[in-house]
Amino acid sequence: MPENLLEVRNLTITPAGAETPVLHDVSLSLASGERVGLIGESGSGKSLTAQSVMGLLPEELHAQGQVSLAGHDGNLLDADERTMAALRSDIVSMVFQEPMSALNPLMRIGDQIAEVLRIHGKVPRTQIPARVLALLSDVHMPDPDSARYAFPHQMSGGQRQRVMLAIALANSPRLLICDEPTTALDVTVQRRMLDLIAERVAAVHAGMLFITHDLAVVAGVCDRVIVMYRGRIVETGPVDRIFSAPEHEYTRGLLASSDLEATDDHGRLFTLKTALAYTGPRMPTAEGGEGRALAPDDERRDPSPAQRTGSLRAARGGGADGAREKEDRAAPVRDSAPLIEVSDVSRVFRARGMFGRRRSAVTALGGIDFTVAAGERLGIVGESGSGKSTLLNILSGLDRPTTGRVRVGDIRVEAASARALRALRENLQIVFQDPFASLDPRMRVADIVAEPLIAAGVGQDERLSRVEEMLDAVDLDAKSLRRYPHQFSGGQRQRISIARALVNRPQILVADEPVSALDVSVRAQVLNLLTDLVDEYALTLLFVSHDLGVVKHLCSEVIVMKDGAIVESGATDDIYANPQEEYTRRLIAATPSLAEALAAGGRVESGI
Amino acid sequence: MLNYALSRATQFALSLIFASVVVFALMSLLPGNAAQVALGTNATPEAVAALEAQYGLDRPPVIRYFDWVLGMLGGDFGTSYVTGAEITPVIVSSVQVTAILVIAAIALSVVIAVPLGTFAALEQRNWIGVTISAASQIGIAIPNFLAAIILVIVFSLTLGWFPSQGWMAPIEGFGGFLLRLVLPVVSLALVQAAILTRYVRSAVLDVMREDFIRTARAKGLTRTKALFVHGLRNAAIPVITVAGVQLATLLVGAVIIEQIFVLPGIGSELVRAVANRDLVAVQGIVMVLVLLVLIINLVVDILVPVIDPRIRSAA
Repeated sequence: MPENLLEVRNLTITPAGAETPVLHDVSLSLASGERVGLIGESGSGKSLTAQSVMGLLPEELHAQGQVSLAGHDGNLLDADERTMAALRSDIVSMVFQEPMSALNPLMRIGDQIAEVLRIHGKVPRTQIPARVLALLSDVHMPDPDSARYAFPHQMSGGQRQRVMLAIALANSPRLLICDEPTTALDVTVQRRMLDLIAERVAAVHAGMLFITHDLAVVAGVCDRVIVMYRGRIVETGPVDRIFSAPEHEYTRGLLASSDLEATDDHGRLFTLKTALAYTGPRMPTAEGGEGRALAPDDERRDPSPAQRTGSLRAARGGGADGAREKEDRAAPVRDSAPLIEVSDVSRVFRARGMFGRRRSAVTALGGIDFTVAAGERLGIVGESGSGKSTLLNILSGLDRPTTGRVRVGDIRVEAASARALRALRENLQIVFQDPFASLDPRMRVADIVAEPLIAAGVGQDERLSRVEEMLDAVDLDAKSLRRYPHQFSGGQRQRISIARALVNRPQILVADEPVSALDVSVRAQVLNLLTDLVDEYALTLLFVSHDLGVVKHLCSEVIVMKDGAIVESGATDDIYANPQEEYTRRLIAATPSLAEALAAGGRVESGI
Repeated sequence: MLNYALSRATQFALSLIFASVVVFALMSLLPGNAAQVALGTNATPEAVAALEAQYGLDRPPVIRYFDWVLGMLGGDFGTSYVTGAEITPVIVSSVQVTAILVIAAIALSVVIAVPLGTFAALEQRNWIGVTISAASQIGIAIPNFLAAIILVIVFSLTLGWFPSQGWMAPIEGFGGFLLRLVLPVVSLALVQAAILTRYVRSAVLDVMREDFIRTARAKGLTRTKALFVHGLRNAAIPVITVAGVQLATLLVGAVIIEQIFVLPGIGSELVRAVANRDLVAVQGIVMVLVLLVLIINLVVDILVPVIDPRIRSAA
């Protein structure tokens, strides 16, 4: 029977009571053992497609069409819950995005793995404990024996995701669906996890449907790619063809905006709108020089500094492009006293027992020193738990250091009074990571943005005009003023956050992973906006991120943090070109890069 | 975990001591002392002073406090100035009545609410789920004395199945004891079950949205099985907390039901003691109630980490 492992025909999904489908006429197939990437942004329908295959669609969504899976006769969409349950994990398995919540918090890891073996009864009961141990070893769990008795909260995100993979592959399914399995993980963990998934999928000869928004990840693990946009498949083809000669405008846009190394004529990242000028990922060529993989439509643009003189910058009254200005602006102020001075700052969290008895202490920061000159753009890079967020909280006066001194402008933050902290906040503002949780859902945008002005005692008329001006600066129209946060997309909400942060004209902008929750194309827009505003308002920028690509694009200086200490610091270009520390090297190596992934696969001939 | 239990037990003891001080201080600060009450408004100051000396009320408050507390620790709640009777036997028998009544009522309400609330969550879009939801909403709105009166009219006065009032200790006759217990327990349990049903329903709905339920289904469990194996234990955590609060509230809250069914419970005794200005009895009863509420909280506090390993390791 030469049929495909998975065959989806004309899948259309409509929410109950709605006229327009959220998934239009999707057809795809997956051959036995084939690894297919399903790419798209949030809302593109890629997860819905996977859920239909698993029979896990939310009840309020109605699916029409045909989904057939080798090993089951008939349409999966017509199958009842009992039939689907028997297929799940036996023939088709899934690894989900959020490892922190995907495991039952009340049940030991070993029991959760044993359960999936018991349900399908492929392994004799007496052999289940041994099989659990073998599965944990297969996913390279450190100390698999004691891991069986651990509860999920005692494991890191990466370890939990290993457990999920062990569960998914326990019954050797023929198809593994991965829904953004590494998105929530740190870069170095992500790389190991991707290798592990590839290794295990090959070991059990399964096919794989890999859902992600991250093109570099897809390039590394998949043979074929399906691109989805707004509930439709817009393009499908082998990885090298899609990434070197994308046919659809959206694919090209996605490719362009995910490439943080490429900038347009104005030194800004490419967005869906400007993607036409994108020439493909920068590839190391045989001669050691740099070439580009993507053949442009008509004219080739050489992004040399001379040509990059920005018309946008000129229009805004600036002159040089962003990249050059980084150096220009930072230089003259170096001599004067730094704007921010952090000396020997440590922060120890103590869990207190009864009667103030000391129980345990966690050192989140251990003796941090650095300075930031006015106008500098400092990136702070590190994995989760490295102390980045603690450092930010201390800098912005939201937390106090255990020891050490922090000076911002002429304010001593560590000993600041309530009045001094108010003054600090007029000078230093923060954009937080989660655009969905950091805005009060019951306040109108006008009030959200105006709040720092109220705190600063600005009169009502001036408040309104400054809010309007600020919304205009972040490219939101005046109609937004009367709306509530839920009426905006993630990218728009982050614009609102930025407007709120900048409305009282602070000198310093602190951004805590402001784009990590955003889609790739939106990420490019928000980063461009940040670059524009930093130039326009002559801001000093502190940018915290786990994404080295983003920091490299945006920041002139960088600090690499690990376990509460600064591992390495210096000019961004130097650090990236010539990292001195092993940790920095590992971090850089683990960051997925489109060009590298393609080059490693040998799939793309380098550009002319 | 042992540390946690110890720390909770210490909190329990400290709260109890604090409560005893407050109760004693309030009772001592009230104008008009027991001797005055006993002798009436026409008594001469000499007669009052003599009685005070006899009761020991002329001693310093600190001495009287320790006298009272040490007595209670030894199981002696003192002698009523009003009736001259020992208070301890009254408290012991009335606490038994109320404990049986309230524990039976909460047990019944859990038995009703857990399946009903779970079912309402699973069938939330069907008419059954909506009906359960609406019924529990109405149930909350019915005061328990109204439920009691309706139950008495239907099952006692009309059908004659159960006695309409009274109490019989289990040793006097177990059948009679059960028969008299039914209507008061049901009238208490109905309202509590209605409240608890809503909590169970929302806890189950929350749990059904959890990622680990989706994981369980991806492992090959049906939706219902996933809920039973993985969901209910997780949903139990908020439900236990609410049931603990309900139990504590009912200890005193049962007083109306005790009055309607003429049950010699602790609520009834408290009302009587207050009406008679029987200060010693009020002090004793309030302390017993405080003790019971603290015990319930202690049990809930220890039960939750037993179920949830995350709280256990944080503890």
